[in-house]
Amino acid sequence: MSRRPYVREVRRAWWLGQPRYVVYMIRELTSLFIGLYSAWLVIGLVRLAQGRTAWEGFLAATSSPPAVLFQFVCLAFAAYHSITWFAVTPKAMPLTLQGKPVSGNVIVAGHYAAWALVSLVVLIAAGV
Amino acid sequence: MARSNKPILWLPFAAGGLVAALITPVLILITGMLVPLGVLHLPYERMAAFAHNPIGKLILLGIVALPAWHAAHRLRMTAHDLGLGSGFAVKAACYGAALVMIVAGAAALLAV
Repeated sequence: MSRRPYVREVRRAWWLGQPRYVVYMIRELTSLFIGLYSAWLVIGLVRLAQGRTAWEGFLAATSSPPAVLFQFVCLAFAAYHSITWFAVTPKAMPLTLQGKPVSGNVIVAGHYAAWALVSLVVLIAAGV
Repeated sequence: MARSNKPILWLPFAAGGLVAALITPVLILITGMLVPLGVLHLPYERMAAFAHNPIGKLILLGIVALPAWHAAHRLRMTAHDLGLGSGFAVKAACYGAALVMIVAGAAALLAV
């Protein structure tokens, strides 16, 4: 490299200036809670592999007030992720059916229907 | 044609986003509300049998690994947006954390 490339300075708080940027950051922040909850699930799998006592310990841990509070926050962010993820699907994967573009509302509605169906199947599989 | 490693990062990112959108909320509802409230009990026999089944193992791995990868990739991009750069440290922290989770989850599933 012959010379140092120009790096434009980024102000850490640039996104605080406009409401739409704040909403964008909240949307991106959902991934932190998706990641943290995935880590909680990994702990659950490890405890399951360790046997009955360990699994029952995990169930007790996931029912403790701090864990419930943590998961309540995760649920709020996860639901916000779902809503925002479904909202961009018409742009991320536009569909055509017999040469005609499928309406964005139909694609979004299809995702909500899939969300309801998957949730129901998981609840039934879990023993509701 | 220039080769790019982007699809390798991007495909599981998109799949993880969809899995996280469709399945993660109901899982949190179960482990964070229905189990604490005593509505669901998730007995050991039932869970172990599900994790013992090869298809069950694949489903559980997908439920954990894909959203973890999604989160890692997205957090890396957000770190860049926040002016934290996109150097090795950010990549190692994001993808490294996801890889640790995926390997630990896969090892646990193999051990069940």
